[in-house]
Amino acid sequence: MTALLRTEGIRKAYGGVQALNGAEIAVEEGTIAGLIGPNGSGKTTLFNVITGYERPDAGQVWFGDRAITGLAPDKVFAAGIGRTFQLTRIFPRLTVIENMLIAAQAKDRPKNLLAWFGRDAWTHHRRRAMELLAFVGIERHANVLAGSLSYGQRKLLELAYVLVADPAVVLLDEPAGGVNPTLINMIADRIKLLNAEQGKTFLLVEHNMEFVMGLCSTLTVLESGATVVSGPPDIVRSDKRVLDAYLGADLDEDDDPAAEPVLNEEAGR
Amino acid sequence: MKAQTLTKGGGLVVLLVLAVLFPLVYNNPGVTVYGLYALIFATAAVAWHIFSGNTGYIALGQAVFIGSGAYTMGIAARDWHLSATATFELLPLCAAVGAIIAVPFGLIALRVRRHTFIVITIAVFFIFQLMAFNLSFTGGSSGLGFPFLTWTQAQVNQNFYYIALACAVGAIIIAWLIGRSRFGLQLRAIRDDEDRARGLGVKAMRVKLSAFVISGAITALIGAVWYYYVDQAEPQTVFNPLFDLTLVLMVFFGGYGSIAGSVLGALLIEPFSQWMSTQPAFSGSLSDVVLGGILLLVLLFMPRGILPTSAEFITKIRTRGRPAVVPATTIGAATATPSAPPVSSGGAR
Repeated sequence: MTALLRTEGIRKAYGGVQALNGAEIAVEEGTIAGLIGPNGSGKTTLFNVITGYERPDAGQVWFGDRAITGLAPDKVFAAGIGRTFQLTRIFPRLTVIENMLIAAQAKDRPKNLLAWFGRDAWTHHRRRAMELLAFVGIERHANVLAGSLSYGQRKLLELAYVLVADPAVVLLDEPAGGVNPTLINMIADRIKLLNAEQGKTFLLVEHNMEFVMGLCSTLTVLESGATVVSGPPDIVRSDKRVLDAYLGADLDEDDDPAAEPVLNEEAGR
Repeated sequence: MKAQTLTKGGGLVVLLVLAVLFPLVYNNPGVTVYGLYALIFATAAVAWHIFSGNTGYIALGQAVFIGSGAYTMGIAARDWHLSATATFELLPLCAAVGAIIAVPFGLIALRVRRHTFIVITIAVFFIFQLMAFNLSFTGGSSGLGFPFLTWTQAQVNQNFYYIALACAVGAIIIAWLIGRSRFGLQLRAIRDDEDRARGLGVKAMRVKLSAFVISGAITALIGAVWYYYVDQAEPQTVFNPLFDLTLVLMVFFGGYGSIAGSVLGALLIEPFSQWMSTQPAFSGSLSDVVLGGILLLVLLFMPRGILPTSAEFITKIRTRGRPAVVPATTIGAATATPSAPPVSSGGAR
């Protein structure tokens, strides 16, 4: 099985800060992959590089066998990579259904000039948009301004409108951040369903270890902009380098008995 | 819903009939001119709305297009020795020149956002004014005349009124078509979050530039009509910095972001401003001071313009304080059945 989405030696510096320093990640098709690491380790920057919001100083981003390094965000999206943002980014003064249609229009370009001004050119997406709103449970709010949704509902809307264009890979930046536990379960559930029934590929950044461990089949750990380790959650969880990265301490070379239980407690629940 | 659409459509028809009858009932040219100027500014305001109202990019260089339209008409009529009535056939050319100028203008200005964009539009405006003063074919500071119309003053005012009315109705229809189309939705998405819109496949530059070109073409068209009526195009009057300020204030007065608000602002402010210019009491710059004061008051108490604020007020009265729309606060997600299947891939394309 080859990786659907892969980065090689991505480097990105902001002034004197080396945000990414050779970050590598590989996401297999049909899996839910996780990207974890301490604050400031470069997770969101890596997302920005993959989705075209930042241009890397060095390195390549591969989507299938196509190099997409440095493509503009709309090209990356058209290629089949959708993403959500850590602080949700919806269009507050458009209605919920209009938010959905904005994402849908990327899929079929109007064939002629008249179609740009015609109404039906995109309203046929309305049905699918409504189905997806129902899927995330906010279809009742289809015609209200998106700005009046609660934070959790905005997260759901962002997830739904990324899905409406049917991307091959969905990048989720902290999907469970700042939302209540019921909603976290609901979001995890929806991701699982999409993965199981449609084989949708996900890559998610998340600090909630319970969420990550429950969902992801592989985990990649970033620290100071470089990949520390990558593998199944159980292996990653007990990797000494990961423990060092998370605890931020220079531990003795012998196994530190205190380290493992700490992470396990956080992760295992 | 259907009754509402009927009422709305009926109302628009009544307004149009009133606009058509206006110069027939008030055939005094001194009165018709109020309507003429109101329609010129309404057209320019709708053109401004098409780009700035939708995208949120505040353009303060629309006078570039007014001037380009006026000069195109004047220069072409002069160099091609056109008769007075044949000059009207130049109107499409004026719109085309406006569209062509909008392309490099937009490509430069639309690279930047917000304040920088505003400053660049103003800078481009001054470049055009300087060119009008200094290029050989513009007639320099004495400006250009237009072919002489053999109509009486009453005929002139009435005919220009109907031309301006046609421009205004055309502009409103275009703005309305854009507003309900995919193109309009993309423009409004750019207004809300341009980077996010790009991330969802909106070709932001192309979409913004298209709106800017349409807006420029309409503005150039009405600029040509306007200065053919005035009969003299001079650099300082045609490329007038106050024009853009007046235009933007009209739109903010009426209701920023809506076609009706833009039109209403122009229809209220322009006749009032014309009336003040005829009153000795408001001589000099006092009329500008009065206008500025009124606008400050409106912006202070109705920051979104009179139309949205009044609409809210009416809703409040009709619903007697109860919210008209149930606010979206409850989370429906938690109650949804967790086993709901994902959307079938059949609907994917």
